[in-house]
Amino acid sequence: MHNEHSDTHFQSRIDNGEHIESKDYMPEGYRKHLIRQISQHAHSEVIGMQPEGNWITRAPSLRAKQILLAKIQDEGGHGLYLYSAAETLGISRVELIENLQSGKAKYSSIFNYPALNWADIGAIGWLVDGAAIVNQVSLQRTSYGPYSRAMVRICKEESFHQRQGYEIMTKMMRGTKDQQAMAQDAMNRWWWPSLMMFGPHDTDSPHSSDAVKWKIKRETNDELRQKFIDKTIPQAELIGLIIPDNNFSLDEKTGHYKISPINWDEFYRVIAGHGPCNKQRVDHHIKFHEEGAWIREAAVAYKQKHVKKELETA
Amino acid sequence: MTTKDAAYTYTIRLGDDALILGHRLSELCSRGPILEEDLALTNVALDMIGRAQALLKYAADIEGKGKTDDDIAYRRAEINYYNHLLIEQPNADFAHTIARQLFVSVFEFLFYTELEKSRDETLAAIASKTIKEIKYHMQHAIDWTLRLGDGTSESHNRMQTAVNDLWMYTGELFEMDEVDAQLMRDGIAVDLIPIKAQWHNDIKTVLSKATLLIPEDTYMQTGSKKGIHTENLGHILSEMQYLQRAYPDAVW
Repeated sequence: MHNEHSDTHFQSRIDNGEHIESKDYMPEGYRKHLIRQISQHAHSEVIGMQPEGNWITRAPSLRAKQILLAKIQDEGGHGLYLYSAAETLGISRVELIENLQSGKAKYSSIFNYPALNWADIGAIGWLVDGAAIVNQVSLQRTSYGPYSRAMVRICKEESFHQRQGYEIMTKMMRGTKDQQAMAQDAMNRWWWPSLMMFGPHDTDSPHSSDAVKWKIKRETNDELRQKFIDKTIPQAELIGLIIPDNNFSLDEKTGHYKISPINWDEFYRVIAGHGPCNKQRVDHHIKFHEEGAWIREAAVAYKQKHVKKELETA
Repeated sequence: MTTKDAAYTYTIRLGDDALILGHRLSELCSRGPILEEDLALTNVALDMIGRAQALLKYAADIEGKGKTDDDIAYRRAEINYYNHLLIEQPNADFAHTIARQLFVSVFEFLFYTELEKSRDETLAAIASKTIKEIKYHMQHAIDWTLRLGDGTSESHNRMQTAVNDLWMYTGELFEMDEVDAQLMRDGIAVDLIPIKAQWHNDIKTVLSKATLLIPEDTYMQTGSKKGIHTENLGHILSEMQYLQRAYPDAVW
């Protein structure tokens, strides 16, 4: 008979394609890996509200403003489901937020870049959400049940985000010279960072091997990045955007695009905290969290008073 | 004044309230005390912008000069904006945001309940859609007023300050002029006299329950019906209208 609390039994469940649920036995490494990955994903959704929020009050039409507001709300909602999914692994929301603010937990480095013109809102939807979807579609089949179910829900909304981003880029490329220049500028600044979102090459990725064995991760960084590149280059060309890479080419035999080497020095520099907005993003989160302390305290004090009153009158 | 001119002004006034309050609330994105509240406030903002779009589109239709809702929102100067002064007051702190929302939502609940009976079918239809949203906005504002008023001493003091600071802008909610008078004769506009009494009654009930004092009626600020605003509106519009003004030939 199998011991239900053994790593061998756990691995055989994974190999059979079963979902692991929160009360099931899991090795400590699996739990830690998931907490790290899910919380990083949740924090990315929440920090990502900042660069997009930067343009809500300046959105150039009432329609665009509503779409952007709805999109940012979706991102915040994704943050909530993912925090809940992480909580099923035995970590509290308070700890998750402390880890974000202390720098112990990461978020996607892409949000350490600034949103400088309106086309950046297009580029974030099209490229950043586009890259995220490729990863998230793959994660719908991840082995941890609560994470997998969160991904199914999130993917539906993300594909809408990607379409609205591409719509902004398309409109701007069909617009005035100024609008075209804004769109190309956004493309130039977001293209390479969006390719870096998939993480280092498989040969240099420290977390890949266990994650693949445990089926947390179903496809490798390089496989996912290639899917994104193959899907995105034709979309860019269709609307007249220039890929900011002098040496990319289509390999007719494989049907895959080859691109120039990625600047990994930049990737590691931004991860290490030296991107344009690392300090700004975390400082912003801390500032409004701290400014909200009196409000959270009031809610708790009110609840305590009124629960007490209800008990007394009961 | 023709009924058409009056209807245009009446609709624009309603649309501007929704647009400018939507703007103010959307400034709070990523600045909420907890993530759930961040989403709640931006959700109210989204309802407001949606309502603004419906009303400004209708105003453009009444005017009949081929303008769009965006032309009306983005190409109009401060003096031609008619939102209430209360609406444009800043999010000085969360208590001010909540006090403003409480005053506005209680007013809007009473107002739009009556506007649903308007003989103008479009306004009645917009009212009937928006009243469902307003119920949520009002409940949210009441819940927070109670928690802040009857929470800690700090939250109580902040909430009392906010109520006191904003009180002088509440009188304007009930002002009526020749536009209202004309449209009331046509069965289109809402009579604000009974609403004023009901509003005071409802606000007193909520504030008392929240252990807050009702401010004395002192001087009430006025001006928005003639396009005279506080200094806040110019900044809101220069931010909101930036792209449309900087690139007048662009389509977004």
